[in-house]
This record gives sequence, C-alpha cells and structure tokens, in this order.
Amino acid sequence: MANNSSKNGKPLNVVGKPFRKVDARAKCTGQTKFADDIVLPRMLFCKILRSHEPHALIKNIDVSKALALPGVIAIITGKDLPIPYGILPVSQDEHALCLDKVRFIGDPVAAVAAIDEDVAFDAMNLIKVEYERLNTISSIEEAVLIEEPRIQDYGDAGNIHKKVSLEFGDVEAGFAEADLIREDVFFYEGNTHLPMEQHAAVAYFDPDNKLTLWSSTQTPHYVHRALTKVLELPASHIRVIATPNGGGFGGKSDPFNHEVVVCKLAMITGRPVKNTLTREEVFYCHRGRHPVLMHVKTGVKKDGAITGMHFQSFLDGGAYGSYGVASTFYTGALQTVTYDVPRYKFQGLRAFTNKPPCGPKRGHGTPQPRFALEVQLDKIAEQLKLDPAAMRRSHLVKPNTVTANYLRVGSMGLGQCIDKVVAGSDWKNRFSGWDQSNRKLPYGKGIGFACSSYICGAGLPIYWNNMPQSGVQLRLDRQGGVCVMCGSTDIGQGSDSILAYIVAEVLGIDPFDIRVVTADTDLTPVDLGSYSSRVTLMTGNAAIQAAERARELLVMAVAEKLSVPIENLSLAERRVFDVENPEVGVSFAEAVVLAESKFGTIGTVGSYSPPRSPGKFKGAGVGPSPAYSYSAAVAEVDVDPDTGIVVVERVWIAHDIGKSINPMLVMGQVEGSVYMGLGEVLMEEMVYRANRNVVHKFPSMLEYKSPTTMEMCDVKTYLIEDPDPNGPYGAKEVGQGPLLPVPPAVANAVYDAVGVRIDEVPITPEKVLKALKEKAKGRDGRYGPTAVPNVEWPEPLRVLTPAEGGDGKEMPRVAVHS
Amino acid sequence: MSDQNKQKAHIRFVLNGETAEVAFAPHKTLLEVLREDLGLMGTKHGCELGECGTCTVLVNGRSILSCLMLGLDAEGQDVKSIEGMANGAQLHPLQETFADTGAAQCGYCSPGFLLVAEELLKKNPTPDRETIKEALSGNLCRCTGYIKIYEAVELAAARMRGEEMELPRASVYGLE
Repeated sequence: MANNSSKNGKPLNVVGKPFRKVDARAKCTGQTKFADDIVLPRMLFCKILRSHEPHALIKNIDVSKALALPGVIAIITGKDLPIPYGILPVSQDEHALCLDKVRFIGDPVAAVAAIDEDVAFDAMNLIKVEYERLNTISSIEEAVLIEEPRIQDYGDAGNIHKKVSLEFGDVEAGFAEADLIREDVFFYEGNTHLPMEQHAAVAYFDPDNKLTLWSSTQTPHYVHRALTKVLELPASHIRVIATPNGGGFGGKSDPFNHEVVVCKLAMITGRPVKNTLTREEVFYCHRGRHPVLMHVKTGVKKDGAITGMHFQSFLDGGAYGSYGVASTFYTGALQTVTYDVPRYKFQGLRAFTNKPPCGPKRGHGTPQPRFALEVQLDKIAEQLKLDPAAMRRSHLVKPNTVTANYLRVGSMGLGQCIDKVVAGSDWKNRFSGWDQSNRKLPYGKGIGFACSSYICGAGLPIYWNNMPQSGVQLRLDRQGGVCVMCGSTDIGQGSDSILAYIVAEVLGIDPFDIRVVTADTDLTPVDLGSYSSRVTLMTGNAAIQAAERARELLVMAVAEKLSVPIENLSLAERRVFDVENPEVGVSFAEAVVLAESKFGTIGTVGSYSPPRSPGKFKGAGVGPSPAYSYSAAVAEVDVDPDTGIVVVERVWIAHDIGKSINPMLVMGQVEGSVYMGLGEVLMEEMVYRANRNVVHKFPSMLEYKSPTTMEMCDVKTYLIEDPDPNGPYGAKEVGQGPLLPVPPAVANAVYDAVGVRIDEVPITPEKVLKALKEKAKGRDGRYGPTAVPNVEWPEPLRVLTPAEGGDGKEMPRVAVHS
Repeated sequence: MSDQNKQKAHIRFVLNGETAEVAFAPHKTLLEVLREDLGLMGTKHGCELGECGTCTVLVNGRSILSCLMLGLDAEGQDVKSIEGMANGAQLHPLQETFADTGAAQCGYCSPGFLLVAEELLKKNPTPDRETIKEALSGNLCRCTGYIKIYEAVELAAARMRGEEMELPRASVYGLE
C-alpha cells in the first residue's frame, strides 16, 4: 500500500481512511427519502398506459370512458407533449407520450392523473387505443437486411442508426508483420441494471408558477435541460432535485418519459403528481447493456505482441437512440489502453429494433469488447503456447503515453494488478498451461485470467460547451459550519461522502461536521451527473479547489491575528495552528470568524474541466479521459460436465485505484462490480420471444435471473495505489472498471476446466452442454456465433498514429480504397 | 374496479411496540398500509410480487414479505418495521455494523436485509458464513455483492455476543 500522505508530504487525516458514509445512519434506519417516499398534500397519482404492440401506428386514442371515471383529474396523450427530447443532441427521438407511432412493447401512449393509484390504474385500462400493426425488426441481422418499415425516420440508412469506421495507422501493414492472425466472432447478450428501487418521480407546480421535480435520476442536469425544452419553460423556472437513487448502474441516466409526464400533469392540474414505475415498467425503461455481436481480427508476433487489430461491433440498440451513438464508439475505444496496439481499425454499427432502448450500463459499451478481446487473447496465448497472464504482462501500454487512437494514458498500474492476482491465486501451480494431459487441477475445475481498463470520466460533456464539467460551492459560516454544494448525485456509490471527506481533509475538520447539499439544480452548481465514473475525479478536484480557496482565506486571517507566517499555518483537528508551535492557534470556528471579519461572508467555488484530448478527428470525443483505472482478475470455476452448470467459486481481483479516498467504499465497489460481472457472465439476459411480437420473455425479478447470496462467489481483492496526477489525491475510478475482467476471466476458466469455448455471454448450462457434446463428437468444442452481417462500411476516417508522426487529425480522404 | 366507494377496513395491531389503528382499502397489502396509510416509508418495495425481499418486515418475530401479506391479516399481530429496529436513538448493533462496513450502499434493500439478519441472530447468535448466506438468500442486493453484508452480520453477531471484534484489515484495505 502506498503511504498515506498527500503530494506535499502532509499526513492525510481523512483521505485514505475507512470512514462511515455521511448518509449511512439514515440508510440503516429507513430514513433516507427516496423519490417514492415523497408524499405531498393533495398529491395525485399518475399511471402511464404503455403499448402492447411492438410496432404500430396509433390510429386513434379514446380517453372518454377513462375521463368519466370518478376520481380522474386529467389525461394526456402525445399531442400534449409534441416536442421530442433525448439524452444526446444527435438523437432527440423520444416523445414523453408517443405521437403517432409506438416502437416497442412498453412505449408510453397516454397518462392519467387521478386521486389515487387504484383509480389511475382503472382509468388507464379504460383508454382505448386503435393501432395499425407494422412489421417488426427483432434482431441486428433483420435490421441490417430490412429497410422498411423504418423504426425511426433518421439514422444512417433503413434501420441502421449509426455506422462508424475509423482507422489508426495501416492495419493491413500490421497484419503483414504478424506471425499469427486470429479472427473470432463473439456475442454478448444484453442485460439490464435491475436497480432495487423502481424509478419514481414527483412534480409540483407551485403557486409562483415554478416547477419542481423530485426524481430518482443520476443526471438531474440533463433532466433539467430536457424539461426546459419539452415543457417550453425557462430553465430558471424549473428545479430538478435528484433524490438518493436506490441503485442506478446507468439505468437512471436518461431523461425519462415518466419524468416529463408528471411535470406536465402537475402543470395542468395545479396539484403534485407522482408516478412510480412497476417492476415490469422498469424492464421496459431499460437503457441497459447493448447486445453486441463482434468480429475481432488480431495479428500478433510469436511473443504475443499485437501488430494490428481490426474490431467490428454490431449493436442491437432497441427502438430509440438513448446514449447509443456514444455506446457504439465505446465498443471500439478502450481496446488500446491495456496492451500496446500499434495499428487499430474500428467499425461499429448500431441497429434499431422493436425492443426497449439500450443505453449505458456499468462499463458503458466496454464489457462486450473487453470480453471478446480477453477471450481472443486467451486463444492466442494457447496457439503461441504462452502463459496468458505473462503474455499480457509483457506487452502493457506504458504509462504517460498516447495510444494509436489518441487516448492519453497517465498512471498505469496494470502490471502490479497482474502480479497480485497471479501470486494470490497461485496461478502458476494451478493453470493447466494448455496441456490437458498434464492438468494441475482436476477435470471440471478451471482457472481463467483477464484484464481491463476503464475511464475516470468522459473527456467531453454530452453537449458541446466550454464550461466546467463539475462545480462545487463552499459556504463557511461564523459558527464554523461548512456547507458543500455540488450538483453530483449519490446513487449509493458514496459521492456525497467523497465531497465531505475531501473538504474535511483540506480544512482540517471532521467529515461529519460538514453539511452536504447535492443534486438540486436550484441550489447546487452544475455537475454533469453520476455516469462515466466521473464523479470522484471531477467533483473531487472541484472540491479541492473550492476548499483550498477557503483555506487560503482562513490562513490569511489567522496569520494576521496571530502574527504567524502564512506558510507556518496548518489545518487539522478542527484547529488552525502554527506547525512550529502547535499550541499557538485558533479553533476552526474562530478562524472562520476572523476570516469573515476580514473578508466578509465566506464562500468559495471550485470547478473542474478535464484536460484537452490529443485526438482531433471526428469521433475523438469518446474514449478520452483524465485517467484510466486498471483491473486484473483470475476466476476459479467448477463446471459440471453432466449438467453444464458453472459455479464460480472465487475471483481474485486487483484494481488500480490510484489512491483510495475511502478504501472501504472502494472495496465495496470492487465487490459489487465483481457481483454484477458474475451476473452478466452466468445468467442475466434481456431476451425476447423471437416471433414478430418481440415480447420480453420475463420482465420480472423472479425470472430475470440475478445472483443471490447462493450464487455470489468469494472475492479476494487487492487495491493497487498508483496515484494519477489528474486524480484528487491521485484517485481514479472504481465503480465500473472492476466489472470488466470478470466475464472473460470466467469464460477462460470454463475453457481451462472442461476444454470448451463459450464465445457468448451469458454462459448458461445449455451452451456449455452443447459445446461439450460437440467436442465429444470430435467437432469444435465451441458455442457462439460464427459470422457477422455482411455490411457495406463507409470509407474509414484515417488518422496517422502518434508513432507515425500523426497530429491527431484525420488525413485527407482518398477517393479510392482497396 | 375502483374502490373509492367501498368501505375501508379497520385494524388494530402492535407496530414497533406501540398500538396502532388504521383504516385502509381492504385489498391493500401490509406494505401499502405501512407506507401509504401509516406513513412509514422505511419499508421499501422492489417488485411487489414476492421476488426480491426488499419489503421484509417481522411479524411476531418472523420475517415476512409485506407485499404478499394483506394488511387485514395484521390484525392483532406484532409487526416490526425498520423504524422499530433501533432502541430510541440507540441503533441496533446490526444497524451500526451495516453503517460502519458500507453494507448499505444505495441503502434501498438495507431495511429488508437488516430485519432478516435480526431474525437470524435472534435464532442463532453464532452463525457461520454459510448460515448467513442461506438466511439472506431471499433478499436481493444489486450494489454490494453481499460481501460487506455478510461481514456486517458477522461483526454484529460477535459484538452482540459481547466479543470485541473489528473487520479484518483485508476487508477494509484489500489483501496485501
């Protein structure tokens, strides 16, 4: 472990210590107010009628019977909210209530506000909607082949939402240098966040004509922007308060139809309106992991050094854009930040299908390609007869370099991560070494290895601007109270606590002395939200800046009062004192009084903008980050060859956190990430009946299988602290990265255990059995897709790599390309 | 159909040690009665179909899913919700250890887990890890991977037995 002191050698009193979260007591006593816990006088309840048709034109909506039901106060349909919105500026394709067409089962059609939930429910069922059915698109393959009917009237062609094609250096030249070229096809099934809290929203239009929305959202700022647009109200008349999220994982990051609807109904009725989604509706809300089909061609030298990589991904986007364009780029962005990839080509395609829209889930767009890459590297290691861990270890990206696709890697602790899990798992004495005749573990037991990396915040905001991505305001009052205000949203990861720890560290007070006010667009400066693992790094840096500015005011006032040089003053243990004569000093509260007497009311601000990315080409916006976290994992599995059941017994995982602001919370994020990766690799899947109805197979928690205590594995965690100069106290992210190595490590372990390759997630017993049967017949012991659709790709945008002397800009297009 | 013209049901029962009396639409579940008619929002809902364990309360000391129990059936029973777990301002040892270990991340499932754990420790003050897993297997948590929850239960159990115990260093800082 790194020693616990800051850059200037000052010992850290708060950072690096396992403090309780500032909101822990409320959470353990049932006192935390989640959105559905808000009840206001005269509040109405809203229910949203959702489409039973997967793709249809709305011919008529008759609300007369529903309106006549006693207790019904208002009903709205699409014509009441005609302005479209969406999280990305390039895909403003959602309506709070569908205008003339429904695109998936669960699309919202009409909304009722009534005196209670029962009346609202009954009224909803009295609304008559006439549909004219349209043919459906249910898969990537269909979307590529069938142009009409179009699900959306925008996109690159037919039902193809987006095609991207990027080439960094001459990949063919890279393949020409290779000793071995492998081509593999993989599929990663979609899955969903399944937060324990169903989304809920309460809106209130107050007597001063101002609108307040309380919502379980991870991104109050983006909801604020969407409401301003759709409701045509000035932003200053709308207040969005993100309530503590009962789990987010990316699933509460879009502006949602139910949020818009309750606002509109509150404006119409003049009464507070609440909507709480049922669990079934949460499945339709979705925005979860995209199903991705991938083709990977990688060239390597005999020692496993990569000479070139061509990665193709095909994303099943569902019916709307959501974050999909970003997701598409993310499936091609982070392949280059773990092992040196000198030449790299990426082609990605996102298709529209008549399913709930996919979006960002923990790891946004990167678990799928990471699975493909790490399983393919395992196959490569086998062909080259190399140890898969040692092979990766010898070709790591070096710290402080720029990758072929112009991602600037700063600190890079992956080597240490690999060493820890290799040693901890006794890898060398347990991995079969590709020799099945000389196994070290009995048949059926196996061990697998994988690595990964993730961003610590996206380099660019979702909408282009030159403003900071995160802002913090501090207010110090004369009693010594400190209030930190920030737009960040605590979704359970502890972001409120991180603010308190950091401010307490700088000001030398106890984190529990601090009042944290967050996620309120009226009261807090903008933070873009809890997504892309950006919060600790960005709000942390903003908090340091605000706190250091406050500290400066305090020490100036105290220095003057005590006639002590400013540089002699230290803040610790709720005191400001002379480090040379520690008894000479004042209490923190007295210091604030002195500062307030000298300067007036004490308030400071801090903000954070990420460094500029070296990439200047179109598409360079996705992938850059102030820092990258790294993880390595070894999974140990027990595969029953008679049933195909895979039990993951243990995962060793090492995570390069840079610096733990609170190690206990870091441990919790690592363990939770391993858990979620385990669910994805073994059981979780958003699947639909493959007829034209595109019905979700099981929108319930019972049948959407997720790991219980009985499936969760033992986790052996190592925290690697390789401080990053861009992180607050060197800290990097932990909320998402540690999920990424788990699925491929398990897949590789299954191969080690029983000698079959399951090139598809989830690895269900049926797939394992099928592969074992094939193997027994002497055929390829593999389960997975064999081909990707044959599509015409646009001419790639070409960029010379930094090693080739590139400047990060795209090269002029040439007319002819072989 | 709508119940607004139907007569409300009326029950008396013991809620968190105090006599409670409440009137509500007769089809309501105990979960709905607690939240909507008694204003006790500590009991959460995750599915309302008996699938996730989030809404667990103790009825006569036994954990039940309040989304599957009619409010009417609480007549005369002794019901304990998360609001009744602490002794005044003094938190239950489980609440302390859940807070101290980070067993509550988002905190949404925590009330259910806490009450199931309380039931377990009442029956078995020395549960091993496997017993704890079994006891908590009906409750889903999406944040923690359950590990910090096991550790919190073990820590509370030890403290309730009067033993001095802290979390192992590796649980807080990772393995060396």
